[in-house]
Amino acid sequence: MEKQEYTLTIYTENSIGMIGRISNIFSRRKINVESLNTSASEVEGIHRFTILINESKEVVRKLARQIEKQVEVLKVFYNTDKELIWQEQALYKVPTEAVTEKVYVERLLRQYGANAVVIRNDFIVFETAGKTEEIDNLTKELTKYGLIEFVRGARIAIIKNSEGFHTKIKEFEKQKPSSEVVENEFLGKRDKVFTM
Amino acid sequence: MDTTKEYKAEEATIESPLQKLSGSKAVLEALLSENVSTVFGYPGGAIMPIYDALYDYMDKIKHVLVRHEQGGIHAAQGYARTSGDTGVVFATSGPGATNLVTGLADAMIDSTPLVCITGQVFASLLGTDAFQETDVINITAPVTKWNYQVTEAHEIPEALAKAFYIAKSGRPGPVLIDITKNAQIQEFDYQGYKPCARIRSYRPKPIVRPQYIEEAAKLINEAKKPFVVFGQGIILGKAEKEFKKLIEKAGLPSAATVMGLSALETEHPLHMGMLGMHGNYAPNVMTNECDVLIAIGMRFDDRVTGRLDKYARQAKIIHLDIDPAEIDKNVEAAVPVWGDCKETLPMLTELVDKKEHKEWLQQFRELEKEEIKEVINDELNPKEGVMTMGEVLNTLNQLTGGDAVMVTDVGQHQMVTCRYATFNKSKSNVTSGGLGTMGFGLPAAIGAWYGAPDRQVIAIIGDGGIQMSIQELGTIMQFQPKVKILILNNQFLGMVRQWQQLFHDKRYSFVDITSPDFIKVAEGYGIPAKRVDQREGLQSALKEMVDHDGSYLLEVMVGKENNVFPMVTQGSSVSEIRLK
Repeated sequence: MEKQEYTLTIYTENSIGMIGRISNIFSRRKINVESLNTSASEVEGIHRFTILINESKEVVRKLARQIEKQVEVLKVFYNTDKELIWQEQALYKVPTEAVTEKVYVERLLRQYGANAVVIRNDFIVFETAGKTEEIDNLTKELTKYGLIEFVRGARIAIIKNSEGFHTKIKEFEKQKPSSEVVENEFLGKRDKVFTM
Repeated sequence: MDTTKEYKAEEATIESPLQKLSGSKAVLEALLSENVSTVFGYPGGAIMPIYDALYDYMDKIKHVLVRHEQGGIHAAQGYARTSGDTGVVFATSGPGATNLVTGLADAMIDSTPLVCITGQVFASLLGTDAFQETDVINITAPVTKWNYQVTEAHEIPEALAKAFYIAKSGRPGPVLIDITKNAQIQEFDYQGYKPCARIRSYRPKPIVRPQYIEEAAKLINEAKKPFVVFGQGIILGKAEKEFKKLIEKAGLPSAATVMGLSALETEHPLHMGMLGMHGNYAPNVMTNECDVLIAIGMRFDDRVTGRLDKYARQAKIIHLDIDPAEIDKNVEAAVPVWGDCKETLPMLTELVDKKEHKEWLQQFRELEKEEIKEVINDELNPKEGVMTMGEVLNTLNQLTGGDAVMVTDVGQHQMVTCRYATFNKSKSNVTSGGLGTMGFGLPAAIGAWYGAPDRQVIAIIGDGGIQMSIQELGTIMQFQPKVKILILNNQFLGMVRQWQQLFHDKRYSFVDITSPDFIKVAEGYGIPAKRVDQREGLQSALKEMVDHDGSYLLEVMVGKENNVFPMVTQGSSVSEIRLK
């Protein structure tokens, strides 16, 4: 199966060592993590990991199950770009004179919707958010005009058809065994078995 | 030695709601509440407060002082495997903790419930490269089901309650709790021990979906050539009876993985033998002949499947497992039955038709005849020449009647034991299946005896493996577990030598291993011992060993260059299994 970008959204307990346990699952299989973000989630006390990898669906599905197997992981979702609203953020430190003296640079920053965060005599820090490619392009342009420093944030993503984790967490908090389903896409489709 | 678990948890739990208690005592109170009767361990600087507290609990908790922490954890594994309970290990920080790693990896891959408690340097010293400090939490993360570092005494009851719950529930596995020295010493307001019954993010027991059971039953009922492959899941799920009912009702020929052996008695008419690389001929060949393959509590290890793209491709596969990550991992299932087989098997039995599949069973028996003729006869009853491992096992079977616990190390003797030992009872085959840990056998046998002290425990070990953990003879000397040690000495690292012979043009690279005089070594440890190098003396020597009331070591000199066959060579399909 062909590789493509998948974004994993992982809800976990907020406990020490979770990053290690999750990253082990990738590194053990020699899979490179393109970007990783950890943050609070919409539910208090629940942490959210957003991990970007480039892999086949087959591999991603197995990874998701291995991650979900970790005791302190609540739920793993994996989505293609189409199923997501996603962004990356970037900060650029540019010499002030490059902006004041070159009209093109100013126009460029405007075009990319970059906002000034700090303005000083010697440098200006701009921030922008967008798709990977947009950030790449702006970086490339600014490099020509003496870009001093650049940093890109990890991808963050919202799942289009997600209802958030509020209802799910209530299910998890019930004293019942799991009603989660291990779906098998091959069920009843005999001819599709063993296509890997 | 008394091994009964008479101690009641209620007596142990301190009633007064706000009693001051040290972290160390809280650890021992937790063990008592969890009905732990035996601990395997080794003291050291960072776990001294726990050992100090243990001094006052000696009449309630038996502590077996091993000779190496790796021996301690393998013993705990052996204990867990024969008792069905959780094995408990104590070790100190630094080297004590790192010596547990192999055992943790072994227990992880073989789903053995363990709780390991390691001491750690004072919390104030964490990360300072203090004496005997090591980052045990990060080192053990990939080889534990869960681990946790305690830095305050008040965390202890809850951390241990979670540890025991996680180790034993769902698909079992090892858990490690690292306790800093200050937390062991510190006193806190003890409110009693509450066992853990639930963790929000951890759901070991799924609701079984009848739809899948129905699908599975339909496939089984329509099948002309159904075949069951079963693993340790049946033993771990305590579902031996439920399993037998299913296969007897639907007339299903069944074969075991290495880890599944003893879940069904060897002599059962539907038991078709062992699967995999050195398994039996019929079940391997029939894997690629059956029309429905029912996998129960097994994980399609590469040693079982051989070449994956030629594995059972003609069959519809039903996979019953408690771990959803196993379903579709190596082999795609047409019907996944996610659940505890204790629950799913009776549901399935209810829906399957009563059948016999006489002709289909006969086909297995025909292939079995071929294996007997080509391999088994010569292996079990050689008339002349060197002694074979198979004939030792055959003679031993006659003496034990299949009632013994067979503990093995790793290598040729392990495969021969798995192939030829008869098992009448469940939990009788203790071996390092997934990790293949040499040095496992001797300490695991010690633990296996503590887990089942009324049973005959026989450790079958090669001349290589025994030397990897021979120091545990000291543990046997001191604590007198009645372990019978049977060394099958072929004066080679036999399995590697076999591969070098078959695949590396007999270039015997460092497999010629020298051994000490094992009889003298045993004598040094005060263990009665004997060596046999002639066929004539074998039966009586084995009988003396089996009948001896206490530990005993018997060394049998077997053929130097005998091979284990049949064999599914690497890269071959299971149906391409070689008989010679």
